[in-house]
Amino acid sequence: MMSAVPISWFLTLSAILFALGVAGFLFRRNIITVFMSIELMLNAVNLSFVTFSYQHKEVAGHLFTFFVMVVAAAEAAVGLAIILTVFKGRSTLNIDDVNSMKN
Amino acid sequence: MDVILFLIFAVVAVVCAINVVVQTHPISSALSLVGVMGSLAVLYLLLGAEFIAAAQVIVYAGAIMVLFVFVIMLLNAGAETKKGRSYLIPGAPLLIVFLGLMAFFVQRIFPDNTMVRFGGFTGGGPKEIGTALFTTYLLPFEVTSILILVAIIGAIVLARKEIE
Amino acid sequence: MELLDSFIFISLIKAAVIFAVLMTTLAYLQWVERKVIAHVQVRPGPYRVGPHGLLQPLADVIKLLTKEDLVPPYVNKPLYLLAPFLAMTMALLSISVIPFGPQIQVGPVKTWMQMTDLNIGVLFILAASSMGVYGIALAGWASNNKYALIGGLRSSAQMISYELPMSLAIAAPLLISNTLSLRQLVETQAGGIFNWNILHGPFPQIISFIVFMIAAFAETNRVPFDLPEAENELVAGFHTEYSSMKFASFFMAEYANMITVSAMATLLFLGGWMAPWPVAWGSSLVPTVIFAIAGVTALYHGAHPARKRDKVSLPVFGVIFLIIAGVFLLPVVQSWLLPLFWFVAKTGAILFLFMWVRATLPRFRYDQLMGFTWKFLFPVAMLNLLVTSFLVAWTTK
Repeated sequence: MMSAVPISWFLTLSAILFALGVAGFLFRRNIITVFMSIELMLNAVNLSFVTFSYQHKEVAGHLFTFFVMVVAAAEAAVGLAIILTVFKGRSTLNIDDVNSMKN
Repeated sequence: MDVILFLIFAVVAVVCAINVVVQTHPISSALSLVGVMGSLAVLYLLLGAEFIAAAQVIVYAGAIMVLFVFVIMLLNAGAETKKGRSYLIPGAPLLIVFLGLMAFFVQRIFPDNTMVRFGGFTGGGPKEIGTALFTTYLLPFEVTSILILVAIIGAIVLARKEIE
Repeated sequence: MELLDSFIFISLIKAAVIFAVLMTTLAYLQWVERKVIAHVQVRPGPYRVGPHGLLQPLADVIKLLTKEDLVPPYVNKPLYLLAPFLAMTMALLSISVIPFGPQIQVGPVKTWMQMTDLNIGVLFILAASSMGVYGIALAGWASNNKYALIGGLRSSAQMISYELPMSLAIAAPLLISNTLSLRQLVETQAGGIFNWNILHGPFPQIISFIVFMIAAFAETNRVPFDLPEAENELVAGFHTEYSSMKFASFFMAEYANMITVSAMATLLFLGGWMAPWPVAWGSSLVPTVIFAIAGVTALYHGAHPARKRDKVSLPVFGVIFLIIAGVFLLPVVQSWLLPLFWFVAKTGAILFLFMWVRATLPRFRYDQLMGFTWKFLFPVAMLNLLVTSFLVAWTTK
C-alpha cells in the first residue's frame, strides 16, 4: 500500500479544490479574486480529467486537459481586458459598485 | 513513496487554494494560485501525464498567471476593504456539507481498486499526445487556433487607447 | 556496494560536483567578461588583484558579502525576500538536465555525465525559464519604488514576448532530431560536423540558430536588450533597492541563465559533446594542439624583456598550459575529458559571443525592442518552422 495511491484520493482532492473555487467565486467582492477562483475551478476539473485518463489508460483525457488550458488562456486574456476597461470607467475593482443599471 | 509525495503536494495544493480564497490582497492570491498550479503539475507527473505537467507550468503558471500578476500591478489593486455584509458565516457550513456529499459519492462510485503508481501509465508522453492531436482531434485543434485568434483581437480592441 | 549504486547517492554526488563547478564558473565568467570587454576597448581590464586580475572575483565576493544588507523600510517584506531566491532557483534548476558528456566509469559505477535525463528535457528547461519571469516581476513590485516597478514590468514583458520566437526556434531542430530528451538529442547529432543540427538534414537550421540567439539575448536581459536593467536608464531598473547578497543573487541568476541558454544552443544546434570530425582523423589531438600553442605563446611573451610586470606570471601560465596539453594525450582521461572539452569549447564560444556583442552594440529603445519581436522575429521563426516541417515531411519515408 505504501507505494500506490488509491484513485479516489485524487478525485476527492479535485472536489475539494472545486468547492474552494466555488466559495471564492460566490463570497469574494474583488473582481480579480473572482476571476482567479474561476481558474482554480478549471484546474480542479483538469485534475479530474487526467485522473480518469489514468483509470482507463487512454490519452483522450490529456487532450481534453490541453483544450481546457487553451480555452482558459483565451478567456483570461479577454476577461482581463474587460476588467481593465471596467476599471478605466469606474475606478473600482469591487463588483458591488458596478451597479449603475440597478433601479 | 508515492503516497508520501501525493500527501505532501495535495496538502500544499489545498493550503494554497484556501489562501487564494481567504487573502485580501490580490497579489497574494495570485502567488498562491501559482503554488496550486505547481503542486498540481507534480500530481500530473505522478499520474503519468508528462506533457500536461510541462504544459501546465509553461502555459498556465508561466504565462496566464504572469498576465494576472501584470494586470494587478498595472491597476495597483490594493487590499480589499470591508464593505457590505459578507455571506461567509452562513455560507461556510453549506459549503462543507456540499463538499462532504461530493466526497461521499466519489468514494462510493469509485472504490479503491484502481491504484495509482508512478509509471503505471506511460501513454502520456509528447509522442502520443502529438499523434492523437493531429489525427483524432484535428478539428478541435484547428478550432482552438481560431479561438485564440479571436481572443487576441478581442483583447487588443478592448484594451487600446481611444484615438480622439 | 548497494549504497554506491543507489540513484540517490550518485545524484547527490553529481549535484555537489555540478554546484561547485557552476559557482566557480559563474565567478570567473564575470572575470572573463570584464577582460574581454576591456581588450575590445583597448585597455587591460582587471590587472592588479592577483596575476592578471584572477583574484578579482574573490575580491568582489568579499565586497558583496561585507556590504551592509539594507532592507528599505516600506517594501513588501515577504516578496522582497522571495524574489532573488526565486530568480536564482529557477536559473540553477535548468542546469540539472544538461548532458556534459557520454557515459563514464567512475570506480565501480557506470553513470552518465548528466544529473538526470527526462524524456521531456527541453520542455523542462522552457518551464524553468518561464518561472524565472516571476523573480523579476516580484522584485519590481516589492521594491515600492516607481522606477523599479516600471523596470520590472518592462523586463517581464520583454521576457515573455521573446519566449515565443525562442520556442518556435527550438521546435525546428526538434523536428529533425525527433526527440525531446536532451541526451538523445545529442546522440542523433553524432558523426561529424555535417550531422550537427545547424547543417543537417533537409534544411540547415541556420535561421533557427540566429533567431534562437537573438531571443536568448532578450531572455537573459543582455545587451542590446538590457534597457530594463541598465545603470543609466531607470536608475538600474528592478534591482534598484537591492544590496549585497540579494543583488549578487540577481547577478548570479543572470549569468546562470546565460550559461543555460548557451548550453541549450550547443545541444540543439552544435552537436553537444560530439567532435566535429571523427577520432580517426585526429580530432582527439585538437585540445593538445590548442593548449600547446597557448603555452608556447605565453612562454614567448613572458620571456620578452619589455613586459616587466609579467616576468613571473606569464611563464608560469605557459608551463601550466603545456602540462594541460600533455594531460589531454593520456588515454586514461580521454574518454571523459575530450567530450567535456568539446562541450565547454562550444558553450564557451557562444558565451564569448554574448560578451563580444555586449562590448560592441548599443541598446534598443523599448518600443523598438517590442516591435522587433512581434513584427519581425515571430513571423520569421514561424516561417522557418513551416519550411522545416514541409521539407522534413517531404523527405521522410
